[in-house]
Amino acid sequence: MVSPICGPKLSAYCSILSVWGIVMLGLLGLFFQIRSPTLIEDIPLENWNGTYSEAVEKFEQTAMNCWIAAGIYVVLFIFSFVQQRMHSRASYEMS
Amino acid sequence: MGSLLRSEEMTLCQLFLQSEAAYTCVSELGELGLVQFRDLNPDFNAFQRKFVNEIRRCEEMERKLRFLEKEIKKDGIPMLDTGDNPDAPAPREMIDLEATFEKLENEMKEVNSNSEALKKNYLELTELKHILRKTQTFFDEAEFQHQAMHDPYLGEETMGLLGEESQRSGQPLRLGFVAGVIGREKIPAFERMLWRACRGNVFLRQAEIDKAMEDPVTGDQVLKSVFIIFFQGDQLKSRVKKICEGFRATLYPCPETQSERREMSIGVMTRIEDLNTVLGQTGDHRHRVLVAAAKNIKVWFIKVRKIKAIYHTLNMFNLDVTQKCLIAECWCPFADLDRIQQALQRGTERSGSSVPSILNRMSTKQEPPTYNRNNKLTQGFQNLVDAYGVASYREINPAPFTIISFPFLFAVMFGDMGHGLIMFLFALWMVIREKQLQAKKIDNEIWSTFFGGRYIILLMGAFSMYTGFIYNDVFSKSLNLFGCQCDKDYTPASLDNNQHLQLNPNGSYTGTPYAIGLDPIWSVALNKIAFTNSLKMKTSIILGVSQMMFGVALSFLNHRYFQRPMNIICEFIPQVIFLFCMFGYLCILIFHKWTHYTSDMAGNAPSLLIGAINMFLFNYPKHSKLIYSGQPGFQGFLVVIAVLCVPWMLLVKPFLLRYQARYGQPFDFADVMINQGIHTIEYCLGCISHTASYLRLWALSLAHAQLSEVLWTMVMRLGFMFDGFIAPFMLVIVFFFWAGATVIILVVMEGLSAFLHALRLHWVEFQSKFYKGEGYMFQPFSYEHILDHGGEEN
Repeated sequence: MVSPICGPKLSAYCSILSVWGIVMLGLLGLFFQIRSPTLIEDIPLENWNGTYSEAVEKFEQTAMNCWIAAGIYVVLFIFSFVQQRMHSRASYEMS
Repeated sequence: MGSLLRSEEMTLCQLFLQSEAAYTCVSELGELGLVQFRDLNPDFNAFQRKFVNEIRRCEEMERKLRFLEKEIKKDGIPMLDTGDNPDAPAPREMIDLEATFEKLENEMKEVNSNSEALKKNYLELTELKHILRKTQTFFDEAEFQHQAMHDPYLGEETMGLLGEESQRSGQPLRLGFVAGVIGREKIPAFERMLWRACRGNVFLRQAEIDKAMEDPVTGDQVLKSVFIIFFQGDQLKSRVKKICEGFRATLYPCPETQSERREMSIGVMTRIEDLNTVLGQTGDHRHRVLVAAAKNIKVWFIKVRKIKAIYHTLNMFNLDVTQKCLIAECWCPFADLDRIQQALQRGTERSGSSVPSILNRMSTKQEPPTYNRNNKLTQGFQNLVDAYGVASYREINPAPFTIISFPFLFAVMFGDMGHGLIMFLFALWMVIREKQLQAKKIDNEIWSTFFGGRYIILLMGAFSMYTGFIYNDVFSKSLNLFGCQCDKDYTPASLDNNQHLQLNPNGSYTGTPYAIGLDPIWSVALNKIAFTNSLKMKTSIILGVSQMMFGVALSFLNHRYFQRPMNIICEFIPQVIFLFCMFGYLCILIFHKWTHYTSDMAGNAPSLLIGAINMFLFNYPKHSKLIYSGQPGFQGFLVVIAVLCVPWMLLVKPFLLRYQARYGQPFDFADVMINQGIHTIEYCLGCISHTASYLRLWALSLAHAQLSEVLWTMVMRLGFMFDGFIAPFMLVIVFFFWAGATVIILVVMEGLSAFLHALRLHWVEFQSKFYKGEGYMFQPFSYEHILDHGGEEN
């Protein structure tokens, strides 16, 4: 059996955080995709040429970034979940 | 099931227990946990009571059990906690228990002293082993040096004066030596001391022992060094020995010749091996004894504590003149008298006594204790109330109202759907896994505070989601669930090359309001704070005045229950009128302004704050905007009524009391007057300052909303600002920090501050209107309580 890398607390923390990250970044990506006006200040528009199409493009790009980040959190979640299972099995065998 | 509104009806009872049945009866009552015994011998000290000896024996048993527990913990043997709850053993079983513990303790002590002696022996032998091994090199070196030192000397002076050189060269200088072991940290000081005391005439060699050794007494691991000191002459020898003694170095006899040393070394090795097997056997024996004890120790603890609690209670009883029966006095809930009777009957049967125990109700003038039956949900809120003061007997208990109003006022300050959800989920986890978490018995103060308040946190989280929904805030962002009601037809074409578009509320508003809560358009508005401030301030005033009004209304229920009609006429009615004239009227105006002014008229709507100031100054400037005609007259009338209420509250009751006491009863008019004056001033000033105090609802809500917005713009927004393939990774990292800061700062810290403010609003602003809190808690004699608190009792 491979010994776990993270401790039980760290892996629990990481898996909770990644669930949060998956849900929240997934939804944020959706809201960027539908171009929610309340998020207009959150897209990178420092040197905006003022056209509508560029704003749309930025929105969609940010949405994609969010989804990729959510994907990274999925990977992190699987990793920390496996770690947690290893710990619970180890503690089960101990007792 | 009694109601939570008022505490249980209590009654004082007298118990007559046959002396042979007393023990079992009290034991049954302890299992029941519904009776609070009164100490009938308060003048006796602990040593003058009847069952001193029994209590002393129990304490002795407890001491032995604690000793065993300590030994078990030292060996890391898990103690079996089956969770079963044995009945208190009969008094005669006490002797058996005592014998068992005595035997175990003696056995343990013997094993310990044996193993200590063995370990000491073992340590000495290992030290000797190391000495023999390490000193070998020293002797070799010394011999070599010796020769190197003497050969040139011999070469130079070929012939000695006395002709003894041949003899000297044959055998080396006769050097004495001592060898021993010393703690490694003492070496430098030891060396210096030797050098100074012997003027550099001794030769010290030392080597570190690699493995740490166990100190047999303390069990610590100690690092040690082997040393050997060469010297010449007896004087130096005694001096060196003294120094060694002073430094607590252990000296060992070390044979001079190599063959002897080898022989000794072999002897030591065999002895160490023997010792090892003996030590192992001792350890096994100790382990066996402790494992057997660990199985039962929890049950033993429970038994001993129960016996002790029973005798402790019996000590509070009075002895009848005939010495045949014990008399006890106790408080118990009126509704539970039947169950207590049954318990007494069971106790009597168990003891085999033929005479039944008698429970006799007594009438008394003493104030009974306050007892509220709570379940696990209401208990947390009851604790919040009790922390301020335990309700007087049968007074209205604010806890049932607090269950709703506390989380709600908290949520007004903490309104955010996201933060509320985090809090709610955390509490939900604690509630669902309640049993497992309870069984873990985590002994951490912070954790037990959170765990104890899990239902409070659960409700606070749920209510925060609701208020967050009304404020339309999720992590400082808004949701457009019902369709924004602010519409202007901008097309993509009109947005091109036009960075400054504006929405004027007059014209873009569709006319029908957003279905529930705040319109999401406000989240992008520049004057968002100005708008929400006005909204939240008004809501705070309305919530505050209604809660205070409710508190005053509860005082009416108290006056009626305790049959004090004078308080209704002289306090309750003027209080209601006073509060209504000053702030109830203001609330009506707030509702009026909300419903009767549209966005077109926003420019010339009257200011309520200025209006309220004008009302109290009777000053209405020409250009001031009036809400309705006849406003100055009506408002003036309200102020006059409110002012008239003050003498009504202040004077009527004292004079009425004096009138009632005109036939010679003792009556201290000044005292009553001062008391009434204090209450009146407190109420009148309180109404004003408490209303202002409720504005904290707005202030904290504003602070929370702003802080979460700042966190979003300063941290989370950074994550969106990157380009290229690095962007998602940066987003992952930024989210990580943002999430951490959200939980620590916004949920935990802000949550605590909002909690404290909500608590204050309940303790001061709400409860001061009706709650006395001068009672004392009902503390029944209950095993459950005693065992949970580790047997500490007073």
